Amino acid sequence: MSSFMKSSIGKKFFMSVTGLFLITFICVHLSLNLLLIFDDSGDLFNMAAHFMATNPAIKIMEPVLALGFLVHIIWSFVITLENRKARPISYNSGDKVLSPIAPSKNMLILGGLVLAFLVMHIAQFWWKFKITHEGLTAVHVMQSGVSVEMENAYAVVAGLFKSSALYCIIYIVASGLLGLHISHGFWSALHTIGWNNQIWRKRLEVAARILAWVIAVGFAIIPLYFMIKF
Amino acid sequence: MADKILNKLYIKIWRQKNSKSQGAFETYELENVSQGSSFLEMLDILNDQLIREGNDPVAFDHDCREGICGMCSLYINGEAHGPDTEITTCQLHMRKFNEGETITIEPWRAGAFPVIKDLIVNRNAFEEIQQAGGYVSVGTGGVPDGNAIPIGQDDAEEAMDAAACIGCGACVATCKNSSAMLFVSAKVSQFAKLPQGKVEGKRRAKAMVSKMDELGFGGCTNTGACEIACPKAISISNIARLNREYLCAKLAD
Repeated sequence: MSSFMKSSIGKKFFMSVTGLFLITFICVHLSLNLLLIFDDSGDLFNMAAHFMATNPAIKIMEPVLALGFLVHIIWSFVITLENRKARPISYNSGDKVLSPIAPSKNMLILGGLVLAFLVMHIAQFWWKFKITHEGLTAVHVMQSGVSVEMENAYAVVAGLFKSSALYCIIYIVASGLLGLHISHGFWSALHTIGWNNQIWRKRLEVAARILAWVIAVGFAIIPLYFMIKF
Repeated sequence: MADKILNKLYIKIWRQKNSKSQGAFETYELENVSQGSSFLEMLDILNDQLIREGNDPVAFDHDCREGICGMCSLYINGEAHGPDTEITTCQLHMRKFNEGETITIEPWRAGAFPVIKDLIVNRNAFEEIQQAGGYVSVGTGGVPDGNAIPIGQDDAEEAMDAAACIGCGACVATCKNSSAMLFVSAKVSQFAKLPQGKVEGKRRAKAMVSKMDELGFGGCTNTGACEIACPKAISISNIARLNREYLCAKLAD
């Protein structure tokens, strides 16, 4: 096992498995967030947030998710630094084969910018919901005929989108960066675990592009909705 | 139609006395080069000029000059084997260049390919990887009948496509991580697709990857630059196969 973890393919294996895991998390996150724009009363989003906060399975997954993030982030820096060492002298005439802005060449930069957003995002929402409870009020929502008291997460999220155009713009830009990261990351992760061949390659690349657009547009549409409507 | 003559060219070349000395770029002016001449002929003309002037000629690798031996290298104007597709440097012609152009020529850049002199790099690392497992251990005896081992046409084609690798090192030179994964994957795939090679498949994948890592090549990040630069158009699908072979071999440990 230790020789596997030290090998170049082993290291990439952990990057790809954590990457795929984080993509599934992003999909769940996006589907819940989209509830923000389908119900202006906030009841739908609050019910979903309440479910996520109280469900035991989600509670178990929370530390696993944190671990997934940590491995993916720390490993990315370790691997990139090691790969840089493989070429002590760089080319004078540069690289004409790939565009300098190709996502595949800039995964660390794209990921690093998403990480910067993630830190801000956690401070603004997760920290307030879980630790300080700052600005959180109680709200009663009718759930299968019973009135249930829960935290009004909708007010905090929608409030921020309504009050800060700057935050909305940062959110939209971060959605785009995440999309670019995934446009390479998704098919690359499957390639690394060996699930690719001449036939599947085009399919996976198209699937990665579709997934990237869905995630980028899906997240970006939420602040746009609040900017236009309110 | 006669070939056009390039009246003047500026050749910017990496000059390095030996593996221990510090290298630097030198620019030479070259006149009257036919666009019909090959890139290596252009370097021959330059070397002839340097020798006549009493200077040290530029050292560069070459052998067959017909794109099959894998000896020639050269990173020309930001591309391994220069500005053309699916060719080696020896198959590159001066018609790809323009009047008055500055042509930058560099050696392959990789820690695992140290410069020996000028544009020549030491590619022994590839030999070491091959020696680690890029072969089939065959017992002596009579040659078996070809029809006794049925092999599907698709498998035979894929194995042959992988076997087209000439080991020139353009993949390593192009990869931003100086990764040798395309080379190793081609060498593993040419056997993995055939029944004779499958027997030692697990050992081969582990040994060759382990040697590749040990020699200081970087890891693969699937940019796909290698297959674009490869003169034999080896597909990165082979890399997926190598990943699969390696992971399955490790799982069986």
